[in-house]
Amino acid sequence: MALQAVIGGVLIGISGVILLLFNGRILGVSGIASTFVTRLLDRKWTARKERFDLLWRGFFILGLLAGGASLLALFNGTFAPRPSPASTSILVVSGLLVGIGTRMGLGCTSGHGVCGISRFSLRSLFATLIFISGGMFTVFLLKQWGGF
Amino acid sequence: MPTSLILPRSSAFHASSLVSGFLFALGLGISGMTDPRNIIGFLDITGDWQPALLFVMASAILVYTIAGSVSKRLSRPLLAPNWSELPAPGPDLPWRARVGNLIFGAGWGLAGYCPGPALTSLPAFQLSTWIFTGSMISGFLAWEFLALRVKKTK
Repeated sequence: MALQAVIGGVLIGISGVILLLFNGRILGVSGIASTFVTRLLDRKWTARKERFDLLWRGFFILGLLAGGASLLALFNGTFAPRPSPASTSILVVSGLLVGIGTRMGLGCTSGHGVCGISRFSLRSLFATLIFISGGMFTVFLLKQWGGF
Repeated sequence: MPTSLILPRSSAFHASSLVSGFLFALGLGISGMTDPRNIIGFLDITGDWQPALLFVMASAILVYTIAGSVSKRLSRPLLAPNWSELPAPGPDLPWRARVGNLIFGAGWGLAGYCPGPALTSLPAFQLSTWIFTGSMISGFLAWEFLALRVKKTK
C-alpha cells in the first residue's frame, strides 16, 4: 500500500518534471482543463498561438484519458478507477464546488499541492493547508450527519 | 539531429504534454488516488485514517523539487522559447483565493474527487465520475462567467 503510493507519487513527480523541463509549464490539472474547456467554447482557436495553447492542453487531457484506459487493462485491473460512495446530489454539489473553488483559488491538488509546494511557494503551501483542512472538516460534518 | 529538424517543434511539445498526462494518470491509479475512498479515508482523521495521499504527495514533491533545481540552471525549457508565467496572485483580493481553496476543499471532501483523478477515471465509465466531471466543468464555466461580470462592473 505504502510502496504503491510512493511509486505512484514518483510517477506523478516525473510527469510534472516532464511538463516543466520540456515545455516550461506548471502541471496544474484544474488550470489545464478549465482553460481548455473555456477556450474551446469561446472558439479561441483561429490564431496560431491560440490553437497551440488549446492543443497542448488537449494532448495533456488525452494523455490522462489514455492513462486511465490503460489502468483498466494493466495489472489485471488491480489499479482500475473506483466509483465514489457519494450520492448523485452530493456528486453534483461536489463537482460545482471543485470547479468554482479551483478557479477562484487558482489551482488544485496538483498545481498547489505538488508543484507549488515544490517551488517553495508560500501561496501554494497556504492553499494546500486550507483545502486539506476544509476537506477534513467536510468529511467530519458529513459523518456526523450520516453521509457515509 | 535536433528534434526541430525532424518534427516541427510544436509536435514535440504536444507529444511531451501527452506523455506527461499519461504518466500522471498511471501515477494516480497505481497510488490508489483514483479510488475516492482513499481520499475520503485520508481526510477522515477521526475514523480509520488512510495515510496514502501523504506518501503520494511527499514522494511527488521530492522528485519535483530536485527537477526544480535543474530548471534553474536551464536558460529556457527544452522544447519552448521561455518559461510560462504563473497566474497573477489575485491582485487586489488575496482573500478571494483563500476562499476558493476552502470551497475546493469542501467539494473534495464531499465525493473524494479532485480534477486529476476525476478525468483519469472517465474511461472506466462509472456514473459517479461522469456526474462529478460534468458538474465540475459547469463550475469552471460558472466561474468564468462570474469573473467576466465582475470585470465588466468595475
